[in-house]
Amino acid sequence: MHARTEAASESSPETTASWPEEIFAILQRFEVRQVPYVPDAGHSQLIERVLGAPSMRAVPLTTEEEGVAMLAGAWAGGQRGVLLMQSSGVGNCVNMLSLTQIFRFPFLTLVTMRGEWGEFNPWQVPMGSSTAGVFELSGIKVLRASHPEEVREVVEAAAGQAYNACTPTAVLLSQRLIGAKVFTK
Amino acid sequence: MSKANLLDRRSVVSSLLAERKDAIVVGGLGASTYDIAACGDHDRNFYLWGAMGGAVMIGLGMALAQPTLPVVVITGDGEMLMGMGSLATVGLQKPKNLTIVVLDNEVYGETGASADLVGVARACGIADSRAVATMAEIEAYAQATQDVASGPRFASIKIDSANLERVLSSRDGQYTVTRIRGALGFGPI
Repeated sequence: MHARTEAASESSPETTASWPEEIFAILQRFEVRQVPYVPDAGHSQLIERVLGAPSMRAVPLTTEEEGVAMLAGAWAGGQRGVLLMQSSGVGNCVNMLSLTQIFRFPFLTLVTMRGEWGEFNPWQVPMGSSTAGVFELSGIKVLRASHPEEVREVVEAAAGQAYNACTPTAVLLSQRLIGAKVFTK
Repeated sequence: MSKANLLDRRSVVSSLLAERKDAIVVGGLGASTYDIAACGDHDRNFYLWGAMGGAVMIGLGMALAQPTLPVVVITGDGEMLMGMGSLATVGLQKPKNLTIVVLDNEVYGETGASADLVGVARACGIADSRAVATMAEIEAYAQATQDVASGPRFASIKIDSANLERVLSSRDGQYTVTRIRGALGFGPI
């Protein structure tokens, strides 16, 4: 069997990267209160920060579509949120993404990409390849960050158009940015 | 077909909402939304016409945003089954102001896809999960939904499977949400 390593090649870029801190600061500045997420290695540093933030509610989900519905309820109740997920979860959201058009609420999601840039696991490739297309067909604007130095301005732009203009927006955080997951025997 | 001892869904929902006060009420798509509309339109009604499986999560987002307001989700057993994982999500968050009511006509049960939703909800960490079987119990339960300090709670109510006249609420989601936000003091962007 293949085991996922806890080797430095997988975990250390996440635990030392500054871009998750920059994302956290942006979410704080935009007064994001509800952060539904499906646990994911690429988002782990950000999730840890959110879990430690008294002003934010981190909510683990059983499936990503729950987060879309939850953010609609949050907005109706006067709060902003952001959905954190991996590219494989985007397909789980498709019908629920209708809500972004039905309610025209400020939907923002940050998506860590798999299935690209040296991917080891072929099962990640189909959904990773169609992630941007699925969003676009669903009426969600897609922005992408592939390098650490561009994360801040991309997420800032995404949050701005989502929260200020109610333009539903997804930011794809490239696997190149996060680092390909390493598997060993 | 209708069986003895099963309740009329309109009477059930009418009783649940009779003393709703400031409660936000989320209706699952289809018959549950019609039942809520049949009680009279209200600016705190969150009508759903789609997003099957999402009613409980919309209720959770609302409940977390407005912890001092009762939030009552009323939905059908089929809608609940499609979003059954959300019971686990609610069970973890334990919002004290959230009530989930499933109107169970056992139509899924007739096709073999039934589930003990009370057992599921309890196993998911919603300690106050129960079956409510009589109109007297429903009146008492309606009072309990006002308590924002002792939830979350879950109730399954067996109803008859009669197909009732559709009472149509607004289908305009932006209108619905803007109106709820307005009732809570939030303006447009």
